[in-house]
Amino acid sequence: MADRPASRPGANLFSRLLFPALVLCFLASAASSALAQESPYIVTYDHYLEEPGSLEVEYFSTFGTQRGGNDFDAFWAEFEFGVTAWWTTELYVAGQTTFNDSTIFTGTRWENRFRLLQREHFVNPVLYIEFENTDGADKILKEVEGHDVESDYAEPNGILRQEHDHELEMKLLLSSTFKGWNVALNPITTKNLLPSEPWEFAYAIGASHPLAMKALPNRCNFCRENFIAGVEMYGGLGDAQSPGLHDTSHYLAPVLAWNLPSDWTVRLSTGFGLNDNSHRVLVRWGLSREFSGFGELVSRLFGGRP
Amino acid sequence: MKTTTMTTTFAVICVLISSVLIFGSLARAQKHVIDGRQRWSYEAMTQAPETARVRRNPLAADPDAVAAGGKLYELHCNECHGEKAGGTRWGPSLLRPEVQNAAPGAVFWVLTNGVVRHGMPVWSKLPEPERWQIVTFVQSLKSRPDRQLGGPTR
Repeated sequence: MADRPASRPGANLFSRLLFPALVLCFLASAASSALAQESPYIVTYDHYLEEPGSLEVEYFSTFGTQRGGNDFDAFWAEFEFGVTAWWTTELYVAGQTTFNDSTIFTGTRWENRFRLLQREHFVNPVLYIEFENTDGADKILKEVEGHDVESDYAEPNGILRQEHDHELEMKLLLSSTFKGWNVALNPITTKNLLPSEPWEFAYAIGASHPLAMKALPNRCNFCRENFIAGVEMYGGLGDAQSPGLHDTSHYLAPVLAWNLPSDWTVRLSTGFGLNDNSHRVLVRWGLSREFSGFGELVSRLFGGRP
Repeated sequence: MKTTTMTTTFAVICVLISSVLIFGSLARAQKHVIDGRQRWSYEAMTQAPETARVRRNPLAADPDAVAAGGKLYELHCNECHGEKAGGTRWGPSLLRPEVQNAAPGAVFWVLTNGVVRHGMPVWSKLPEPERWQIVTFVQSLKSRPDRQLGGPTR
């Protein structure tokens, strides 16, 4: 069967990305909203999970410069649900627009995070397991793995999307919070489920701090307590056949989160490529809203106790 | 063929996630219902180590702490513990003597560490002064005439 032509990207996106998003947003609108205290990281994970029963709906965008090809804007929606206080599950749907080329849907991811220890410790481990079903045109750069380099993304979408990846990704999220500082380290390993493909390695590290440690008595949008600033760094570490830093790309990105009392969180990040294999600039932004009581709503729909 | 495979995988993922949502929610909804009544244990309050229990609330004398803590309570705690801290099906009453008469350090310790097994997340992501503001607010409820002490045993 021939692949779906790239000339119908609009219909493709609506049916696969926007429609499920609208359905979930409709369901979520029946739940109440709650203020999230979100970290500013876009690539790095700290050890904090979604509150049980809450659904967080997020939209992210990454604009990337591309030498030897067209710049792109990759985007993804995340639906993050707190199943319990120690388990968060999340669905991603992603697409991208490559300028002067096309807009396409690039795949889905299903992520699960499991808190390993009941209480807070100086270093808190969380196990992250993700299944990815993406094509080669996926450009969200949610993580930079193995020998991923800028030139991998230069081909037109029609060629890139011929590659189809089923990958298992695992991370150990190590995170510590001390005197307002959060420091997180994520060793990452990825395995394409094709036996011939090697294990790939990567890392992400981040540090952040709120701009104010004490809350003011009144609600405010622009007070310093609502802002968390930080920096993150991420990149590839080669693969099992060729580990190391050669032919890898790395980024350093200042990050900022603005947690609004009106239940929205805005994240901003500008990542700068640290070597010639990296995109020069990755400008990222995200908008998210947390809906508490979503689990209760689902429970009621399926006959749970009111 | 590729499109069919992607559609099938997407459908399988949707079914799996729906199952997680439904069964997770149902399990959570009935977690604390025993013999038709909701019961809560305040055991976590007694598990705070001595070093945590003896910590003094550095904001006890801060005139803004109660108001700021009330704001934070409304934003982060309201959903589970109720608008008037009297408890809901998701979280226990904070008006009970087990909380009101506890050492501030013990309340702070529970807030920081959560009670993960019973659904309360850790709140160490809030800066330490903000957690003390919440503790100050919660323990101020015993002296406020508009709050009824000793909510039902939930």
